[in-house]
Amino acid sequence: MNLHGIAAIYKFEMNRTWRTIGQSIASPVITTILYFIVFGSAMGSRITDIDGVSYGAFIVPGLIMLTVLGQSISNAAVGIYFPRFTGTIYEILSAPLSFVEVAIGYVGAAASKSIIIGSIVLATAGFFVPLDIQHPILMAFFLVITCVTFSLLGFIIGIWADGFEKLQRIPQLVVTPLTFLGGSFYSITMLPELWQKISLLNPVVYLISGFRWSFYESSDVSLGVSITMIFIFMALCMAVIGWIFKTGYRLKN
Amino acid sequence: MTSAIHVTGLNKVYDNGFQALDNIDINVEKGEIFALLGPNGAGKTTLISAICGIVTPSAGQVMVFEHDNVKAYRKARSHIGLVPQELTTDAFETVWNTVCFSRGLFGKSPNSKLIESILKSLSLWDKKDAQIRMLSGGMKRRVMIAKALSHEPDILFLDEPTAGVDVELRKSMWEQVHRLRETGVTIILTTHYLEEAEEMADRIGVIDKGKIILVEDKNVLMKKLGKKELVLELYKPLKKLPESLATFKLQLANDGQQIVYTYDSTKEDNGAVTLLDALKQDGIKCKDFNTRQSSLEEIFVGLVGKK
Repeated sequence: MNLHGIAAIYKFEMNRTWRTIGQSIASPVITTILYFIVFGSAMGSRITDIDGVSYGAFIVPGLIMLTVLGQSISNAAVGIYFPRFTGTIYEILSAPLSFVEVAIGYVGAAASKSIIIGSIVLATAGFFVPLDIQHPILMAFFLVITCVTFSLLGFIIGIWADGFEKLQRIPQLVVTPLTFLGGSFYSITMLPELWQKISLLNPVVYLISGFRWSFYESSDVSLGVSITMIFIFMALCMAVIGWIFKTGYRLKN
Repeated sequence: MTSAIHVTGLNKVYDNGFQALDNIDINVEKGEIFALLGPNGAGKTTLISAICGIVTPSAGQVMVFEHDNVKAYRKARSHIGLVPQELTTDAFETVWNTVCFSRGLFGKSPNSKLIESILKSLSLWDKKDAQIRMLSGGMKRRVMIAKALSHEPDILFLDEPTAGVDVELRKSMWEQVHRLRETGVTIILTTHYLEEAEEMADRIGVIDKGKIILVEDKNVLMKKLGKKELVLELYKPLKKLPESLATFKLQLANDGQQIVYTYDSTKEDNGAVTLLDALKQDGIKCKDFNTRQSSLEEIFVGLVGKK
């Protein structure tokens, strides 16, 4: 395995992150603060506890997921799309690197950045609501696995996109609505029965539910189902990437 | 001699049906400078891209130092450094970081001393901490070369290396290429500047419409296809050539002040002496003369034009 090659891509991508650190960190932190002010303080004080958890604390896992999902996708998508756009992809394609190594480099860097941002959002939340994480290791596991899975999705989008507009299409039109409707700000048990069933078709429900369980031991679906679903989604992303690598789709033709 | 690159039956047909490469067979020997010439869209860059693994060929095989570039792609690619035609660099990265990045991609551990010597040899050392976007076009071109050399390749592809580069820098790049060859690096270059190929190449390949038209030693090519001209400056201008000189296929030039005699330099008797005798007999006096060899450019235009 070309470990130096993977490290080179990872370091290069992380350098890009550090170069834009203000924009990378400030934006999600400010957004989170706004959510806490609006939903946690202004409106949250009028909402009753959910499963024994104050509304402000209840939305913390959902807010972290909302941020890391978007960040993971956009980091990985831009990471691979930009070299395609500028033409510097020639260097990656002509290097003695397997596609798996290329993916590890880009997805690893994108996921790392998302994990850092997710942790910062979590720390920021601590200033607004008392945080009591029941299962910190499981919480970290969910955070990492979600960042990796959605970075894989972002990598696919970055290869599929043939313009900046397409780069934003899936995150804006699909992922953001799914995240908002996936129980970021409410428990799906609060919905009418039909909508509860429809919500179960949304993969983000399982992520948020499992993540929330690691905080408060309360969830919309069982922990096992959450973990299974996220691994299925991860396997799907890996299968698509495998096909891209096999065919050279949008990379070598 | 050992083959650095051996290409057999290489084809590339794009999805829209355009055939960029048509059954290419080519062999580049270790340590030589091979110039690939061809008009725009002839397939030069596609051929380089297929050899380097950037484009997937439709058929055929590429061997790099006897390693198949598909089955043993790691070994094959590790021998190759590529300087692409376009100045494609990450504008916000520093020179030092981007060169180190290239070395890492090829699986090589960091080597500050080597990178330093490469940057110094390309007069980039004082710019090592500068962002690439701050550099001039010529400097960016040298950064591309530094990136390609960072992993110590045995084969260096230079795709239009001096496009848009001023004369001084072009000459310095030629010197750099010669120095690299002295260290045993095999160099394959494409260029629009035929003077460049004439100056540097050991062998020349001509590609047109995806097909290799010829591959020949440069000197042999110049001798085989190059024609010589004898230009005679006359004391008195001629309105027309005398009938007695019809067998020489002469041309009057410069308002009758010059007679131009084109001859085959490879023939033992090129007819020049006979022509001078004939002129003397006709009372045509010359005040000066010179000869000139047709350039590679003229040969190239002749070859591509014929197709």
